[in-house]
Amino acid sequence: MSDYVQMWKDLGMDLETHDLLCQVLPTAVGDVYLTQENRPTAMDFWDLVISEVHGIRPAELIAAQKEGRKVFGTFCVYVPDEVIVAANGIVTGLCGGSQFWVPDGETVLPKSTCPLVKASVGARLGRTCPFFRIADMYVGETTCDGKKKAYEILGEDVPMYIMDVPQMKREKDILKWKDEIAEFAKKVEEFTGNKITVENLAEAIRVINEKRKALQRVYDCRKSECLPISGRDALLMTQISFFDDPVRCAQMCNRLADELEQRIKDGVSVVPAGTKRILVTGTPLAVPNWKLHNIIETSGGAVVCEEMCTGTRYFENLVDESKTTLDEQFMALSERYMKTNCACFTPNTGRIDDILRLCNEYKVDGVIDCSLKFCCLYDTEKYSVSRALKDAGVPVLSLETDYTDTDAEQLRTRIGAFIEMING
Amino acid sequence: MKYNIGIDIGSTCAKTVVLDGDKNILHRLLQPTGWSSVETAEAIHDKLTELGVDWNDAAVVATGYGRISVPYADKCVTEITCHGKGACHIFGSEDITVIDIGGQDTKLICVEDGMVKDFIMNDKCSAGTGRFLEIMANTLSVKLDELCELASHGGGVSISSMCTVFAESEVISLIGRGEQKQNIAFGVVDSIVKKVATQAGRLHLAGTKVCLTGGLCDFEYVCRQLSAALKSQVLTHPDGRYAGAIGAALSAASIKK
Ligand code: SF4
Ligand code: SF4
Repeated sequence: MSDYVQMWKDLGMDLETHDLLCQVLPTAVGDVYLTQENRPTAMDFWDLVISEVHGIRPAELIAAQKEGRKVFGTFCVYVPDEVIVAANGIVTGLCGGSQFWVPDGETVLPKSTCPLVKASVGARLGRTCPFFRIADMYVGETTCDGKKKAYEILGEDVPMYIMDVPQMKREKDILKWKDEIAEFAKKVEEFTGNKITVENLAEAIRVINEKRKALQRVYDCRKSECLPISGRDALLMTQISFFDDPVRCAQMCNRLADELEQRIKDGVSVVPAGTKRILVTGTPLAVPNWKLHNIIETSGGAVVCEEMCTGTRYFENLVDESKTTLDEQFMALSERYMKTNCACFTPNTGRIDDILRLCNEYKVDGVIDCSLKFCCLYDTEKYSVSRALKDAGVPVLSLETDYTDTDAEQLRTRIGAFIEMING
Repeated sequence: MKYNIGIDIGSTCAKTVVLDGDKNILHRLLQPTGWSSVETAEAIHDKLTELGVDWNDAAVVATGYGRISVPYADKCVTEITCHGKGACHIFGSEDITVIDIGGQDTKLICVEDGMVKDFIMNDKCSAGTGRFLEIMANTLSVKLDELCELASHGGGVSISSMCTVFAESEVISLIGRGEQKQNIAFGVVDSIVKKVATQAGRLHLAGTKVCLTGGLCDFEYVCRQLSAALKSQVLTHPDGRYAGAIGAALSAASIKK
């Protein structure tokens, strides 16, 4: 990554500390990814992106900024990309997924904050992530308490806009979210200097829908008994899709899906027949958090689906493309986004329905429900998730973990025992 | 196979059981795990050779947290599966709930038709594990069996801290206040029993036999208090602490060489 040193300097990054991160990441990638056998060749794109994750895409973003485009950093799949893309803005995900950033976050946040929030704040304040430096504006949302309060702290350091996400899903909440989107659109217009029109919003809706369809195509391949891609590889694809240009993302996912569909026809599987198929559900797995997938897939299981925001919650449901006024388009956006079932809402029975449906679609043998430490929302929901699954006769294992490696052996025992259990 | 060997390398003790082809126990070994599980595994190997085990006619399954440190094992199986299997064998029942209070973790395992159906494991903190009792016995300057004996005569004290470190300072301040040792001992055992009972509330115990395995099963008082808290007779067996090793040896019996 050495060619990017000047760029990192210009971004005001802490180069010395950042070097440490640059040293550990390749080892992690090597251990988790390059040890796998029989990977789809189309994964070369994501291997390249991850190997230069702080170089290639940041350089593109900076080039775009020089042409006057604005970069918006987001933390939640509720923030509508379409609005930003319509105004010729660029969206980049900003969730921190490494323990590396946690200590810097803990200098300002309580220890009992979820690691995702601590890492995100730490990545900004520690000046060790180019994406957090590049973003011209951060867009937060009123989802969980940890994030809400963290945004107040981040807002002292960077322009911050907060969207007020409803807590329930009644008709009036959907209307309220539509108004929030319309208001956000005004802010985006002001910040980018570009007008949002019916035409450019329609085009943005189409572009993001295409990206969703492409991601779904790859996931559809994972439904096959002949499993053409590992969970680790699919997760990497999903994680990177938060950072990439949406059009290229769709292209690359479609290219991967082409190969996977061919593999299924040819009977090429990445695991031996009879390998137990695991659905993972719970809190998001932000890049480079591959710990859970890695342990499952080196303990005799295969991850076939993620009911997560780095998974199906990101791309399921399309926005209606037939609307012809801005008002109708905002409503169509609200309706689509409000279908995402996050534990921040109450009640959230839709998530249980999703999990049960996905168990069928992906022919799942067992579910691992994993939440990040100190995420009280998803932790609490484990109770109803496991009850529903037990009633449906699907084995379930509930776990809690963070970004450290200290519990890896304990997780290995639990996950190993769970797979032994479903193997019978 | 004539020698089916199960080796359970736990955090404090290593347990080894040798079964013959008819599942009769030929040998039981118990030793502290010490600093190195690898050395412990070697010592076990030597001991078994001394006992006349013919390695050409033996299958070995390792379990416990040190399971990966047994180089001569044919297979590793997690302690959950092994404890479930072992308990079924010891207690002669295919439907059983196993409570294993180990040195560093506590496991609750539901077995139906001889198969693990569900399990809960606490290994996040030492509170609620055997380690907790050991530390508290130390603080009170008594041995573990004395602690249990004392506790059976005490009452009235409850330890409220969830964490071992805080519980220890709570115990120290109780000592400082002149609280009777037996009452403190009662509070200590009561705290671990309540913790296990709360965890058990997450599993469905109804109808099945409940048994206690692991290092604590020799303490009759712990067993009695657990029975009261779970409102169900908790069974123990002299081979209880070998449940994991027996389960591993049973798995070894099904290895085809
Ligand atoms: S889990 Fe909820 S708050 Fe977090 S990204 Fe997903 S929708 Fe947003
Ligand atoms: S994992 Fe939970 S606590 Fe953490 S940011 Fe997401 S919703 Fe908030």
